[in-house]
Amino acid sequence: MHELSIATAIVETVLQEMQRRQLPAVSAVGVRVGALSGVVPDALEFSFQAIINGTPLAGARLAIEQVPLQGKCRNCGLDFSVQEFIFACPDCHSGQIEITRGEELEIAYLEVSS
Amino acid sequence: MTEKIAVEKKVLSENDKLAAEVRSQLMRHGVVALNLVSSPGSGKTSLLERTLAELNQELRLGLIAGDVQTENDADRLKRAGGRLVQPIVTGGLCHLDAKMITRVLPQFDLAQLDLLFIENVGNLVCPSSYDLGEDMKVVLISTTEGDDKPLKYPAMFRRAKVMVINKIDLLGTSDFDLERAKANARRINADLEIFEVSCRTGAGLRAWFDWLRGLVHGPARAVPPTMGA
Ligand SMILES: [Zn+2]
Repeated sequence: MHELSIATAIVETVLQEMQRRQLPAVSAVGVRVGALSGVVPDALEFSFQAIINGTPLAGARLAIEQVPLQGKCRNCGLDFSVQEFIFACPDCHSGQIEITRGEELEIAYLEVSS
Repeated sequence: MTEKIAVEKKVLSENDKLAAEVRSQLMRHGVVALNLVSSPGSGKTSLLERTLAELNQELRLGLIAGDVQTENDADRLKRAGGRLVQPIVTGGLCHLDAKMITRVLPQFDLAQLDLLFIENVGNLVCPSSYDLGEDMKVVLISTTEGDDKPLKYPAMFRRAKVMVINKIDLLGTSDFDLERAKANARRINADLEIFEVSCRTGAGLRAWFDWLRGLVHGPARAVPPTMGA
């Protein structure tokens, strides 16, 4: 359960951004969580809500965009969506697959109400 | 009315920055670093004990031993002959991060080191998210676990370069199917290098030791000729 560490890193970064951009409040934090990021979205949301009380982020929502796995075959160049973590090209069956999406663990945006 | 302000920042960018510093320090001194990950009970400490006992005379080995609460593992490894064993007690945390490594790295004289093992906390989920500045992750499983382990923890098996299957002396005493385990792992990661060993009987360990020797002495790691002086 390292989602608490991840949530802490998110909150620290967002608080810095709020200060830098002089935002008094934020209504939502948009994050992208890849299927292969090793992070469980529900646990992340739970952890986030548990630690924002008493911070300038209190009351904010965590908007999680789950990013599915996408791969590119190094052999034939095919772009395909990786299903059930089978890293093999559906066309030429090569296992030399580069991951192009699905490893993200990023803060995408802040939402402010005006 | 709401407005979206783009941020576009990696959540673990602080960790990744520290990991990059660790990596460049290790590379500068030609130290190979392996990040060992497994579930509890697969025999990570036994594998390290065996490895230290075998290679300690010929290679300059260092070890960072992560432990959740105690320093038991580190004590065992010191007895096995590790001259440079540095424990990290995480105090309940489920993974090591790059900051912990930067804190203990000054304990090592990197100029006097060939190979640095980082024994991560026993857990196949959380450590997969954290770059520690290692050359590669080595994932250890054992035949007393399920042979579907790679399918349950795809992130870790995808990020590892090497898989060690321990306790092959116990094959046949459970439903663990060695070929199925390897096929499951290769489904996630076709390039995975696989060793089959028993830390109890010593079976298969020679290939593992030789591979480690190759990492240190291999052509890719040859010390470049000194440029002037
Ligand atoms: Zn292909």
